[in-house]
Amino acid sequence: MYDMKALYQAKDVADAVSLRLQHPEAHIIAGGSDVLVQMREGKRAGVELISIYGLDELRGVTMEDDGTIRIGSLTSFSHITKDPIIQQYINVLGEAVDQVGGPQIRNIGTIGGNTCNGVTSADSASTLHAWDAIVELTGPNGVRRLPIHEFYIKAGKVDIREGEIQTGILVKKEDYIDTYGHYIKYAMRNAMDIATLGTSVNVRLSADKKTVERARIAFGVAGPVPLRARTAEALAAGKPVSMELAEAFAKAVKEDINPRDSWRAAKDFRMHIAVESAKRAFIESVKLAGGEL
Amino acid sequence: MSKSVGKSVTRVDAYEKATGRAKYMDDLCDRGALVVKILHSTIAHGYVKSIDTTAAEAIPGVVRILTCFDVPDIPFPTAGHPWSTDPGHQDVADRLLLNRHVRYYGDDVAVVIAENEVIAAQAVRALKVEYEELPFVLDVQKAMEDDAPQLHEKYANNILKHTDIRRGNYEEARKEPGLICVEGWYDTPTVQHCHIENHGCYAYEDSGRVVVVSSTQIPHIVRRVVGQALGIPWGKVRVIKPYIGGGFGNKQDALYEPLCAWCSTQVGGRLVKLECSREETFVSNRVRHAIRTHIISYVRPDGTLVARKFEAFSNQGAYASHGHGVVAKGMGAFPQLYPCDNLECDCWSVFTNRPAAGAMRGYGIPQAMFAGEAHIDDICQAIGMDPLSFRRKNLMPVGYVDGFSKNELYHDSFNQCINKGMEILGYEEKLKEYQNQTGPIRRGVGLAVFWYNTAVWPISLESSSCRMVLNQDGSLQFQTGETEIGQGCDTAYSQMVADAVGVPLKDVHVVSSQDTDITPFGLGAYASRQTYIGSFAIAQTAAALRERILRIAHDQTRMPVSNLDLVDGQIVRKSDGRVLKSLGDLAMECLYSLEASEHITAETTAQIKTNAYSFGCSLAEVEVDIPMCKVKLLNIVNVHDCGRLINPALAEAQVHGGMSMGIGYGLSEELKFDEKTGKPLNNNLLDYKLSTFVDHPTLEAAFVENAEPTAPFGTKSLGEPPACSPAPAIRNAILQATGVAIDTCPITPHVLYREFKKAGLIEE
Amino acid sequence: MAMQQYQTVRFKLNGRDVERTVDVRASLTDMLRNDYRMTSVKKGCEVGECGACTVIIDGEAFNSCIYLAVWAEGKSITTLEGLLGPNGELSDIQQAFVEEAAIQCGFCTPGFILTAWEILESGKEYTDEQLRKLLSGHLCRCTGYENILRAVKKTMYRRLGKEV
Repeated sequence: MYDMKALYQAKDVADAVSLRLQHPEAHIIAGGSDVLVQMREGKRAGVELISIYGLDELRGVTMEDDGTIRIGSLTSFSHITKDPIIQQYINVLGEAVDQVGGPQIRNIGTIGGNTCNGVTSADSASTLHAWDAIVELTGPNGVRRLPIHEFYIKAGKVDIREGEIQTGILVKKEDYIDTYGHYIKYAMRNAMDIATLGTSVNVRLSADKKTVERARIAFGVAGPVPLRARTAEALAAGKPVSMELAEAFAKAVKEDINPRDSWRAAKDFRMHIAVESAKRAFIESVKLAGGEL
Repeated sequence: MSKSVGKSVTRVDAYEKATGRAKYMDDLCDRGALVVKILHSTIAHGYVKSIDTTAAEAIPGVVRILTCFDVPDIPFPTAGHPWSTDPGHQDVADRLLLNRHVRYYGDDVAVVIAENEVIAAQAVRALKVEYEELPFVLDVQKAMEDDAPQLHEKYANNILKHTDIRRGNYEEARKEPGLICVEGWYDTPTVQHCHIENHGCYAYEDSGRVVVVSSTQIPHIVRRVVGQALGIPWGKVRVIKPYIGGGFGNKQDALYEPLCAWCSTQVGGRLVKLECSREETFVSNRVRHAIRTHIISYVRPDGTLVARKFEAFSNQGAYASHGHGVVAKGMGAFPQLYPCDNLECDCWSVFTNRPAAGAMRGYGIPQAMFAGEAHIDDICQAIGMDPLSFRRKNLMPVGYVDGFSKNELYHDSFNQCINKGMEILGYEEKLKEYQNQTGPIRRGVGLAVFWYNTAVWPISLESSSCRMVLNQDGSLQFQTGETEIGQGCDTAYSQMVADAVGVPLKDVHVVSSQDTDITPFGLGAYASRQTYIGSFAIAQTAAALRERILRIAHDQTRMPVSNLDLVDGQIVRKSDGRVLKSLGDLAMECLYSLEASEHITAETTAQIKTNAYSFGCSLAEVEVDIPMCKVKLLNIVNVHDCGRLINPALAEAQVHGGMSMGIGYGLSEELKFDEKTGKPLNNNLLDYKLSTFVDHPTLEAAFVENAEPTAPFGTKSLGEPPACSPAPAIRNAILQATGVAIDTCPITPHVLYREFKKAGLIEE
Repeated sequence: MAMQQYQTVRFKLNGRDVERTVDVRASLTDMLRNDYRMTSVKKGCEVGECGACTVIIDGEAFNSCIYLAVWAEGKSITTLEGLLGPNGELSDIQQAFVEEAAIQCGFCTPGFILTAWEILESGKEYTDEQLRKLLSGHLCRCTGYENILRAVKKTMYRRLGKEV
């Protein structure tokens, strides 16, 4: 049994918003794979919970009229991976969330929960950063949208305001069209692990596949929140595709990242892995985009 | 004649386990049980000054709070060793049920007994403990320094025990001109057993006695320890062992049975249940000893070992538990595995402010094999000899007899095992192929052997009892004092019983659950003793039962006993092979006889005064991604000579499990502690890197079957040996791949990063 | 302490409609073990790291320890008890676990069999590597996973009418 003070189960989004306003101290529980674990540990023992798990309206991936891909916040990792829209346009996201925990965790864990807990190691977060995803929140004043990098305030804290819940994650057409990406999860074992470092790269090449039009890279666990390495991105933009570019791109990430020393891994080790992962993810992304190195 | 032994028959408990019907501790416990939760210390060393229970007691549903100020002042031992009537040979009694002097982060300070787990957890959080903190020490060699914090009064410099071995004259021998000196320090980590069922137990009083149902490997020993800890006669204690979800040595200690039993007595004998969480299992049960080993070898250029020094520093943690036996066993292997005329060996077990180290699969040998087998490859590097030739030249020769145990190497087991392993792995071709590689991704192969004893004689008592009860239909139940914990001994025993008595396997029913009120005495599951030790008791009891059956057959058939046999459940006249009657008819007639009714049973105790060497090797092939600091294990083979296989399929399965544990030991598993506080950092299954399904390749297990002459069915130890040699084989494969000799395990990416940087393989 | 909250949960358990009023604080593991005595649902960590408590909910495998009992409302849940035939016959995957010596202590077995069942129900053919990944949400300390893989593969090929 969980040590919770009370459980409020939302019937729909409006009900969730109203429960949030009635019980401002209550924690939101989506799939529960973080919240319940922390409750068991004692960290969240004795708190009130608002369960939004039953809001089926927030599940599923759809394409809006303007080509924006919309991922309902309660879509489970396994459903994202299996989704045909994701597979066609943002396959790397499906691959990234297919590396969260193990299969059962991927059935319960949601992309909304993964981003709302504000954890830098979240496997979805670096890819969503690298694709300039937009977070949609619904609250008493309606819908609010903001870029994902603004959503993350600091470690463990995201911009969810009074009465709000996260209802969707959006990726605009300009951010995914003709874009190919690769995610490298660096962890200590090959399943049931959290990332020591997450590296997500995507590139768009020129029509002749010879030039990098745009390269984006984001890391998890290279700082307190997921972050982009913009120096490397700027360096690669407009450059001819080559192994030298991959090397230079990778080295440039050191300008922007700031991993910390912890018992899980040392800073210099994470830095080293970040450069190597950036190189490999860049090369792989270029290959996926049809480029040759 | 053997019909069942040697066949891969289905496990006797397979159906129950495949259907989820097998009942484990918590499945049996009544739902109305009170729940016991322990308050663990949040400092690594100090004294509990006071505990304020006011807030906790105010929580509705709290039944009783008991603290370290309430427990009886009766120090007791916990190790799952046979008791000794010689006080000099008894286990160290350094435990109390709850401790005012706390010696590690996670020590037991108080308990809450409550109506449910939530209330109990809330009350534990509400207890306010005031500590007087003392300095603490985590490192084994620092703990031996004169100014180190002292954990136990009687043990100066925290040394629980020191023993040594001397042979020849090391100091003189090493002066020989032309010798090459190879020296290394090897570190192995604190790891945990990680059986999937945590330890737990429940207790209640019945007719003035305390009954404990526990997830344990050693029910009869637990009964004794509960009696000792509570200061009550042992006959007042009854311990029941249901199905067990793995043990691997952790449950070869009395864990929380004494505390749970005591809690029941403090609430009027009500039913109380104490279940360890996974976090508690990691810290507040037992762990494997982290051992630091220092080896110096003086070698001639031709590979002859001239003089060797061995020092091992064993991190005992806060309490003695299994004490010195673990590192002493590792040291004992050293002179036997590679005999050398001039030796100086010393080992120390040293208290530190870490969780208590106890028994774990391999009992000191995985540590000794990591150090010893890594060192052998280091010697080979130094003298330019290939590791295979060196081993063939120096390993224990056929005919070797150990003076103490009287164990003998009867067969050319090492070479047979190594040859078989080489063939399976394609060792020779790969060794050649992987010479002189460059580039970021490199491959290598490595080899390591192991040495293992069977059971604990002559260090301790070896005794086992067995009871057989014949039914009216000619089938029989049997019980032994040994313990099924998942390893499969119930099945192996059933096969032995079938053959030894002369009945079909289908007519043999094992009583798997143990109950110290009912089950004949035995010592339990440890020291890879089950098939070996149990086989003596089974053979002896079967002989007694047969004798009785044939005597009754004589009464019923008038044939002389000398002309009678029991074959496959039939009474047979030997002279012409005619079946005279079935065992069922005999039993029926005998039991219901109006003249001479007899219930046909037999029970005997076998004391075993032999031991047996078990041998084998691991061969590993790795791929090292140097820039990513990662090792991928491509192939691994274990080959064992454990005598005759009783059940080849179960033997193979058991080897797989040991290999997996050995792989984790080599590459990923380590319980870590915060240097500043002594707090465990990764005591959960997410942060402690136990191998998952995707972390190792196909596991190859193979056997060389040289029958063990001392044992009734020619078998010897297999339970622990598979975990002994994978880690050094992997380490030696990494050495071949990269030229980097890594002297610490687990060989994680962090270690590889450090070592590759040192070796100049990756840039700063 | 706050007032205790209870809720009636109606769902399908092993094909049968059931309902029980439970404490909202209960996990699905708690409800299945305590209220329905489905003791095949094992507790190994209670935080979703070992997989011993796995059950099938609407066709997908979940760790029941980190699933609230009240979320079961309206769902169809299968535990290992539900795989057994009416006369105690083992399902094909259970039989394969028995045949391949994939069972030792037996504590991880129920969860593994249920995940394997979900995999097999897909009717797809997977490579060893894919099967390993699909089974990677369960920890086992006895088998090294080797014979479990053999059992799942064997059943997969049997169902597909192919040789291993």
